[in-house]
Amino acid sequence: MSSRAPQQGEIDVRDPRIAQAIERYWRRNLRVMGVLLAIWALAGLGCGVLFADALNRFRLGGFPLGFWFAQQGSIAIFVLLILVYALRLNRLDDAHHRELERIRHDDAARNGARGGGA
Amino acid sequence: MSIKLWTFLFVGVSFGTYLVIAWMGRVRDTSGFYVAGRGVPAVANGMATAADWMSAASFISMAGLISTMGYAGGMYLMGWTGGYVLLALLLAPYLRKFGHYTVPDFVGDRYESTTARLVAVACAIFVSFTYVAGQMRGVGIVFSRFLEVDITVGVVIGMAIVFVYATLGGMKGITWTQVAQYWVLISAFLIPAFAISFKLTGTALPQLGMGSSLVADGIPLLEKLDGLHAELGFSSYTAAFSGSWNRINVFCVTLALMAGTAGLPHVIVRFYTVKSVRAARWSAFWALLFISLLYLTAPATAAFARLYMIQSLHGHAESELPSWFHNWERTGLILWLDDGDGRVAYHGPGAAAANEIFRGGKLGAAELGDLRVEHQRWLDSGGAEGRDGRLALRELGLSGPDRDIIVLATPEMAALADWIIALVAAGGLAAALSTASGLLLVISSSVAHDLYYRVLAPEADEGRRLVIGRVVIGLAVVVAGLLGIFPPGFVSQVVAFAFGLAAASFFPVIVLGIFSKRVGTIPAMTGMVGGMGFTAFYIIGSVYGGMPDWCFGIGPQGIGVVGMLINFALALLLTPFSAPPSDTVRAMIDTIHEPEGAGPGLVIEAAPER
Repeated sequence: MSSRAPQQGEIDVRDPRIAQAIERYWRRNLRVMGVLLAIWALAGLGCGVLFADALNRFRLGGFPLGFWFAQQGSIAIFVLLILVYALRLNRLDDAHHRELERIRHDDAARNGARGGGA
Repeated sequence: MSIKLWTFLFVGVSFGTYLVIAWMGRVRDTSGFYVAGRGVPAVANGMATAADWMSAASFISMAGLISTMGYAGGMYLMGWTGGYVLLALLLAPYLRKFGHYTVPDFVGDRYESTTARLVAVACAIFVSFTYVAGQMRGVGIVFSRFLEVDITVGVVIGMAIVFVYATLGGMKGITWTQVAQYWVLISAFLIPAFAISFKLTGTALPQLGMGSSLVADGIPLLEKLDGLHAELGFSSYTAAFSGSWNRINVFCVTLALMAGTAGLPHVIVRFYTVKSVRAARWSAFWALLFISLLYLTAPATAAFARLYMIQSLHGHAESELPSWFHNWERTGLILWLDDGDGRVAYHGPGAAAANEIFRGGKLGAAELGDLRVEHQRWLDSGGAEGRDGRLALRELGLSGPDRDIIVLATPEMAALADWIIALVAAGGLAAALSTASGLLLVISSSVAHDLYYRVLAPEADEGRRLVIGRVVIGLAVVVAGLLGIFPPGFVSQVVAFAFGLAAASFFPVIVLGIFSKRVGTIPAMTGMVGGMGFTAFYIIGSVYGGMPDWCFGIGPQGIGVVGMLINFALALLLTPFSAPPSDTVRAMIDTIHEPEGAGPGLVIEAAPER
């Protein structure tokens, strides 16, 4: 696992364009994560616990609302959060992949042109 | 066909299936043994994770806990599912990208310290053994209650089955067996719940049935429960925060369970078995979806059972008591000590009238027999001789039935078909065995991979490491079985606190290790020792030392949250004063942040060899 020069098929993080692409990917990732974790805290710890007694004054069908959040709603929301995360992040990965491919493609084209001229 | 015959049939067929899968999934290399060759599809891994996660406690005890606690039971539901959100967003994809075999691998490599690796190994083994002892005990209890064999015989049968598929197939065998076990346990949980829901409310879907009105009198189920609870002196079923379960305690326990879930080694290791980072994310989604099927149904089962429990007991004379009561009275899970009027009175602590329903707890058959004889003498003599058994049991804290009875006896309460009752036995066994095998693999990999190969004998070849892995898992099965046959008193308490300890130790260290390139060895280790030390001290002090809950009134179950904050705070405060991680480690962190395999860095399949 030592630091070594990139091999065939790998990408070189020392290239500023690639470093930038990685940086952008990471910031987007953190943003998605932050939003989803905020919803996680609001649904589970907020509606399910901290505001449960206040929400219990309202009803959802036969359920007091705070009780429903604690025993049903928050769990369903958790499942949806992970679904959204998987969809968003895998799409983010694809975009990132295409960006790196484009850089690689440009490099190959430039190298090819230089090779032809020699 | 009788219940017993059905039970033999279900248990026999399910065990046979597990063995066939084990034979088909046998492995020849360490990658297959520890991470199933990283070839498990996301859906199957999600199912296996769900079975791994849902233990005998989730299957048998959780609905009972909710049934007795009402609203506050929701903290288990939220804690044990909400943890997966943390796991999916903060840990799973990155640890998969890191690509080694175990959690101590990550801690040891990220913080470049053999000490850190060894501490992680010790924690992983400790948590896993306390957990697995409970599972083996669960196997024995299900066997003894449904098939009327001795608990010891039950544990030995369970051990033999796990031994075969764990040593033959390692993670691969375990994963595919867990997929089968998931189906057994989830159908055993859902079928009775659907049947009961339809019977009580006319709505088959339990999640809706719970919010519907009763067929019998048209009153909404939860309203009826609240009414009965008020009448009998129990605290309200749906109202938030009652007694010691105040806002801060419910909050802390929920959060401790969430962070603890994300820090438990046998759950984290599942995400090493999938093909890619992408699959790790999907796998977390499938896992929680499959888990939520049980966790969304358990609160409904709990409410239905609560109603049956109260209505079929309170105010009835001996001759009117249902047969399930007599069946389970023999096991000591439920007892009735009359005050002399010949009618059952089931009351909570808030009622003026005395409660007459108890459980045997840890009392032996002889002690319970004596208690009953003394109580009868006390009744017959009008209080002159003998002793009031109700007072004795109340002092021992044994008021009300055992919570395990809720899932085990509900199908009988609702008078469902014999085969459904038998299915519950097979489901309980599947839940216990699947969790036990996952934990045993963590123990095996901690000893054979982290301790033996990474620390003691790095030159060991593939064949030798596989042999060691198999020997250790075999030994671990035997030790776990012995712990199940002779359960040490501390086990049940420790399991409840394992989450707090995991939340205060592993969770912050791993999160900081992934998201910070600056936190070095010394701050992380200080945080881990400080957080875990504080949590362990507080738990031991208040459970054994009678220490008052001086920390904002937080009880020992929720104190892991404070330990976690101490851990994060210590690590972050010390970081500016200590050396940053080496370039190698910083490159490694860059690599796990990036999904594409940006070099220079580690190539995943070659990683374990360094």
